[in-house]
Amino acid sequence: MAHDYNEFNPAWEERTPVIIGLLCNWCSYRAADLAGTSRFGYPATLRDLRIMCTGRLDPTFVVKALREGADGVLVMGCHPGQCHYDAGNYKAMRRMALLRRTLVQLGVHPDRVQLAWASASQGTVFTEMVKNMTETIARLGPLNWQDTAFDESQHKEMEAIRG
Amino acid sequence: MAEQKPKLALYWASSCGGCEISVLAVHEKILDVAAAFDIVFWPCAMDFKEEDVAAMDDGEVDVCLFNGAIRNDDNAHMAHLMRRKSKVLVAYGSCAMEGCIPGLANFTDREHMMNFIYHDSPSTDNPEGIEPQMRTTVPEGELTLPEFWNTVKTLDQVVPVDYYLPGCPPEAKWTLAAIEAILSGQLPPPGSVIGMDVTVCDECSRTRSEKHIKQFYRPYEIIPEPDICLLDQGLFCAGIATRAGCGALCPQVNMGCRGCYGPNEGVVDGGAKLISALASVVDGATPEEIDAVLETLPDPAGYFYRFSLPHSLLRRTHLVGSNGTRTVEKITATPQLDPKLKD
Repeated sequence: MAHDYNEFNPAWEERTPVIIGLLCNWCSYRAADLAGTSRFGYPATLRDLRIMCTGRLDPTFVVKALREGADGVLVMGCHPGQCHYDAGNYKAMRRMALLRRTLVQLGVHPDRVQLAWASASQGTVFTEMVKNMTETIARLGPLNWQDTAFDESQHKEMEAIRG
Repeated sequence: MAEQKPKLALYWASSCGGCEISVLAVHEKILDVAAAFDIVFWPCAMDFKEEDVAAMDDGEVDVCLFNGAIRNDDNAHMAHLMRRKSKVLVAYGSCAMEGCIPGLANFTDREHMMNFIYHDSPSTDNPEGIEPQMRTTVPEGELTLPEFWNTVKTLDQVVPVDYYLPGCPPEAKWTLAAIEAILSGQLPPPGSVIGMDVTVCDECSRTRSEKHIKQFYRPYEIIPEPDICLLDQGLFCAGIATRAGCGALCPQVNMGCRGCYGPNEGVVDGGAKLISALASVVDGATPEEIDAVLETLPDPAGYFYRFSLPHSLLRRTHLVGSNGTRTVEKITATPQLDPKLKD
């Protein structure tokens, strides 16, 4: 599926958006499987990783993904009330809410980090979510965290100091 | 003979001076330290100059306790100098280890800081708009200032570090433990943090129960019960994700742990772990209920990264725009998930 992301934001010259998907083993990962076996089309922007439960989601995963070059992180789990382990998705809901508030202060648009629910039968919910998130990220533009925030340029004179 | 004693150096970079005082908090044992070591450099307390250190052979100093973050060229120059001259370089205290309070400057940038400090702050009286310059020519010659960096760094982001002593400032017992380990030659593996590998909760005597936080209070808003966990009472306490070693000093006096000992052993990003631990005990099962609770916790990034922003995974705020107009990135319209697809 060809996408011209420049349409949304001219900064997409070099590459296409990269979204890391952290998907719950018991529902959303299977929704992604269903989307695949059903031949539902969706943008090739998502790199999905399987986690056993969104309750296993450590905010470190999200922060690390952003640092290492992801433009967005999509976390998907079971609908509230349907967690395989009782309440993991409620924990994820709280953690993601607090993480998004924190990331705003660190200059990351909260829509770069999203949480959604899809059961194993909801292949279309999964594909719609990927489409929506891809459009959001396409509008926001590339994050390129290490190039923009690490700010190594300040050390132009450091080589001389090292001697 | 004096030449036989191991040589000790202490240096402060971007710090408040509290670490220097904490070295003296070993009380009369400072005499043992002075007897055991030949102190060759300690700008806070003794009259040695940078040129005295520069004249030494490389690796001549046995141990250097380096406190303070790296926020300008001079700090970096001294970090490189002390690294070159020292066999063992210890990042002493939270600033050198994680960036600490000076590292909070990473929430903004140099331009914004200069504007505020030299022009916009209500107490500034600077009608001529004078700003510090790196080079100034005066009749006597040219004066120079080190370059002020945009981003505060930790010691180990500038030079390799052998050991870390956490704390703001480190507790005297751990300073002594480090010095004794070095003296006895029984050193932990390089890169170790000298301290404990449990959290402040393990040292705290308050009674904990299952937590359901319905509202966060700021310290002035309530008088906490003396023996009950502060977090149970809705007071922010970083003890749940902070390395032990201080003896839970702050919770003992009704103040939630600030997190100065940094993340526990093996943790990559202390702030993210704190988010994880704290959010999971928020009471609420819908986004609205959760938001209502989180609304009572102002400045979450400030709480979670108070001591560790430069050493966190993201290191600093990503700024769009400059010169006081900084914002987080803007988006015109957020596409919404089709409501029919939600159940």
